[in-house]
Amino acid sequence: MKLYCLSGHPTLPCNVLKFKSTTIMLDCGLDMTSTLNFLPLPLVQSPRLSNLPGWSLKDGNAFLDKELKECSGHVFVDSVPEFCLPETELIDLSTVDVILISNYHCMMALPYITEHTGFTGTVYATEPTVQIGRLLMEELVNFIERVPKAQSASLWKNKDIQRLLPSPLKDAVEVSTWRTCYTMQEVNSALSKIQLVGYSQKIELFGAVQVTPLSSGYALGSSNWIIQSHYEKVSYVSGSSLLTTHPQLTVRNGGNVLVPCYPSGVIYDLLECLYQYIDSAGLSSVPLYFISPVANSSLEFSQIFAEWLCHNKQSKVYLPEPPFPHAELIQTNKLKHYPSIHGDFSNDFRQPCVVFTGHPSLRFGDVVHFMELWGKSSLNTVIFTEPDFSYLEALAPYQPLAMKCIYCPIDTRLNFIQVSKLLKEVQPLHVVCPEQYTQPPPAQSHRMDLMIDCQPPAMSYRRAEVLALPFKRRYEKIEIMPELADSLVPMEIKPGISLATVSAVLHTKDNKHLLQPPPRPAQPTSGKKRKRVSDEVPDCKVLKPLLSGSIPVEQFVQTLEKHGFSDIKVEDTAKGHIVLLQEAETLIQIEEDSTHIICDNDEMLRVRLRDLVLKFLQKF
Amino acid sequence: RYSTGFGRFRWLAEGGAGQDVGRSCILVSIAGKNVMLDCGMHMGFNDDRRFPDFSYITQNGRLTDFLDCVIISHFHLDHCGALPYFSEMVGYDGPIYMTHPTQAICPILLEDYRKIAVDKKGEANFFTSQMIKDCMKKVVAVHLHQTVQVDDELEIKAYYAGHVLGAAMFQIKVGSESVVYTGDYNMTPDRHLGAAWIDKCRPNLLITESTYATTIRDSKRCRERDFLKKVHETVERGGKVLIPVFALGRAQELCILLETFWERMNLKVPIYFSTGLTEKANHYYKLFIPWTNQKIRKTFVQRNMFEFKHIKAFDRAFADNPGPMVVFATPGMLHAGQSLQIFRKWAGNEKNMVIMPGYCVQGTVGHKILSGQRKLEMEGRQVLEVKMQVEYMSFSAHADAKGIMQLVGQAEPESVLLVHGEAKKMEFLKQKIEQELRVSCYMPANGETVTLPTSLSIPVGISLGLLKREMAQGLLPEAKKPRLLHGTLIMKDSNFRLVSSEQALKELGLAEHQLRFTCRVHLHDTRKEQETALRVYSHLKSILKDHCVQHLPDGSVTVESILIQAAAPSEDPGTKVLLVSWTYQDEELGSFLTSLLKKGLPQAPS
Repeated sequence: MKLYCLSGHPTLPCNVLKFKSTTIMLDCGLDMTSTLNFLPLPLVQSPRLSNLPGWSLKDGNAFLDKELKECSGHVFVDSVPEFCLPETELIDLSTVDVILISNYHCMMALPYITEHTGFTGTVYATEPTVQIGRLLMEELVNFIERVPKAQSASLWKNKDIQRLLPSPLKDAVEVSTWRTCYTMQEVNSALSKIQLVGYSQKIELFGAVQVTPLSSGYALGSSNWIIQSHYEKVSYVSGSSLLTTHPQLTVRNGGNVLVPCYPSGVIYDLLECLYQYIDSAGLSSVPLYFISPVANSSLEFSQIFAEWLCHNKQSKVYLPEPPFPHAELIQTNKLKHYPSIHGDFSNDFRQPCVVFTGHPSLRFGDVVHFMELWGKSSLNTVIFTEPDFSYLEALAPYQPLAMKCIYCPIDTRLNFIQVSKLLKEVQPLHVVCPEQYTQPPPAQSHRMDLMIDCQPPAMSYRRAEVLALPFKRRYEKIEIMPELADSLVPMEIKPGISLATVSAVLHTKDNKHLLQPPPRPAQPTSGKKRKRVSDEVPDCKVLKPLLSGSIPVEQFVQTLEKHGFSDIKVEDTAKGHIVLLQEAETLIQIEEDSTHIICDNDEMLRVRLRDLVLKFLQKF
Repeated sequence: RYSTGFGRFRWLAEGGAGQDVGRSCILVSIAGKNVMLDCGMHMGFNDDRRFPDFSYITQNGRLTDFLDCVIISHFHLDHCGALPYFSEMVGYDGPIYMTHPTQAICPILLEDYRKIAVDKKGEANFFTSQMIKDCMKKVVAVHLHQTVQVDDELEIKAYYAGHVLGAAMFQIKVGSESVVYTGDYNMTPDRHLGAAWIDKCRPNLLITESTYATTIRDSKRCRERDFLKKVHETVERGGKVLIPVFALGRAQELCILLETFWERMNLKVPIYFSTGLTEKANHYYKLFIPWTNQKIRKTFVQRNMFEFKHIKAFDRAFADNPGPMVVFATPGMLHAGQSLQIFRKWAGNEKNMVIMPGYCVQGTVGHKILSGQRKLEMEGRQVLEVKMQVEYMSFSAHADAKGIMQLVGQAEPESVLLVHGEAKKMEFLKQKIEQELRVSCYMPANGETVTLPTSLSIPVGISLGLLKREMAQGLLPEAKKPRLLHGTLIMKDSNFRLVSSEQALKELGLAEHQLRFTCRVHLHDTRKEQETALRVYSHLKSILKDHCVQHLPDGSVTVESILIQAAAPSEDPGTKVLLVSWTYQDEELGSFLTSLLKKGLPQAPS
């Protein structure tokens, strides 16, 4: 069993597990933090951004000034933002049999894998994951495609040049493999390879392995996966949550509030919190705007997946009422949604207001416009809730900024205390986790509680590493046909333990093994034809059972006598006895663990003696 | 020793006339587990015969102890109507499984039905609202394709069945034995639901409904056109159209159909939907979009198909309005409630029309008028003369004969059991299944028990070493004939493991007992021992081509692990003795060698 680690981002994993004869990819996360190195893509021409000075080397060489721009001491690439793909060289991705998706955030790299690596397998995900994942991808493609950028920078990627750049560009990994966004066509093709699954559905892979998604509670339709054969079990825990209530968020503000967010997920909770808060705070006149090309779909979809929601929300559907209160916000016109800032929105726009829009990296999407618009005023506030991006880095290209910034990450995933507790309950034989989790975060090196602690110590992985997992498989399932089972003769060896020898024909098909009764020995055809001796050469591959036990001499002699042997003499030796049949010139040495029959070439006699000896022994 | 009894039985009405479509309630015993499938009531009766006779299950002892679980396939009352009676009045506290939409809708229909029975008809000894609530607390909702572990051995899994919102087929599995129960299903997608689907799960038994066992229905489009034509003609000439439906299911389908037709033809004639349930019902459809068909799921963001523009709520007073109208009214079999009231009002006018879009149970007004009766005896000895036109259009989403055959083909069961149909029709289908699909088929009468034997493979664990050794040899080119695998099955408690014999001995701390034979073969040969040995070697080498024959430096000859030594007994120089020695494991070969050598060696060519 081997684990290939293709992503270095702990919350956006992409691993490949080789287990028995199958190759399983666990999640397909896309590391979007790479986009933080790029300049934002403004929807409306921004004089500030277009007038940023070009960056030049210390010696004044300015050959990169077309590609790199400087803003408040940070250097950014002026090009279409690019993403850091999962490793594609570590393992031949065309051999991947299946991809298991655990939540909609962890499928964003799917089109890169399914469309460009020769992948021919199947992707498994739950229905909400696919639908919302599609919305996220649609939004991403839309954000990037509607702001075409003429130039694409590639000079800076040259290894010799990258060395000369300031941090963090200097340290960016594998910039040569960074790719621009996929197209909608690729998204559709990738999504068509997904097979929908339900929680607790058992899916057989080639008869060798069974995979099952279980609810993980992190996001709508998110799942942990159990990968098991009859004797081994792997649990893949990705983005789980034990939270059933949501943190309260307070918005108290005279100006405008900007919440950069994904179009699905935490936004539903934020809306629900605000819904409860707004009335009590007397802010019911403040409009809420949700701007995303997929805003409408996202709000509609959230209402139809009642079966995937927590119990509280489920029971609402039975009334029947929509599970999320944002339906009421929309009905009462408090929440309005628009595909973009162009069109209807510009007519309806009233301030002060609260705007939910993407993308949380602040590099593309409608959020760029609001940052440019509101950044200058200290009355306005931007609230970061998505923990995937460092908010300081996200804000860097907008500096200097007068706007207030609140960093209030809403991360409903498991924290370290919960993980430790979980591990204690589950008692796994081995734990594997990203290396970031095996040591305290660099910024808080004294926080020994911010790491995974378990016995035996967790094995850690990092990008582009291959882990050989210490799994020793010892058993495999096999079925015994009823006819064969009926013919078995078990005997009790020790109390509670019975044995039966099995001789059977092994059939293996689709990784399933079946034991059938041995074929009946062919009736010997009439003796005439079998003249040549070689025809009778026995097949030495027909094995005889092993023998065990010992021969009690006295009883053995009695048995011999009963069967007509006379003139029997018994001699004691150092290790046992010798039974002499003087008349037949035959000698039988009997010891604790062996019996040796020495006789003349009288086959009849030998076979008789053999069978008498076998009576006292057990066969295996 | 290993095969397990596999019995199942079903009952409908005590002393009933065998197979009928009245209600569903089936008991399956599979490998020691007892599962009750559906808990329906009969619409045609108003007395005790309405509910199944649960004393069939167990005479003495509590139902909870006897039954491992109850499964409800969908929310129609002939499948779930007796549930509160069963769980609260007879007494059952175990789990009841159904899908989410069924769980949402079922209590509403039960309450509705209770109101008609108790409040309108004043029936006593009926379940109460609180009982419905208590009963629903015992329900566990399941997802499609979710494998629910009822206990360590019993698992169930739901498949999409079409028919109505949330209808499901269930696979019940214990070990390697399994049964699939279809409930009611529909194999052709319609305007709002998809088609039933099941994978090739090869159950031991498939229990399928057979309401339309003999019908092979004409294309859906034709039926729809017919329906629209009839409705249109009637309203054109100023008549009123009554369509008795159940609140959920066909109603939504026909609403979508009429809505689009009205839109297209720009008609202004009002369409009403009779009960307060409707709005609620349509709301359920909106919230359970994933259970509807592909088209509705794809388009719901732009336009939710269950928001109707032309269809409005009905008020009792509207029935007396002059002029044409179309009214959907519940219930669907004209046995009670608003549909019956409207029917009585309109029946006397030949301009009007009633369209029955589904099956009607014997004893209901619906069934009577469909079988041609035109004078109906109502309560209080009144006689109602039916002058209005009566049309029957099969829109109920049951699989027809073709569909049933298709499903049997999909699941590939070992045998099929037909229920929920009329005996004569089922006989026809039974023959068809047996002849065309070569699957044995049963059709038990009410209260009859069918027992099916199954043969079971025994799953055991095989040591990987043994399996790999065996499989590697199976790959060798000379292994043309089937090879035998030898091993020892260790049975400890319920843990069965197949290991190599060596490993079994080792694990149990037993020593191997070696049985060895040494045979003296006398040969006439005057040459020296060494030469004799050499002659033996070349003789054996020429005969035993497939075996490893070796001449060792010490003068002895080996064939595989059999040792042959030549000795010269001192007393007779003309005789040599060959000592052939082998262990019990080489018994055949050793025996063969001694008899071969006994025949003597061929004369040396010298």
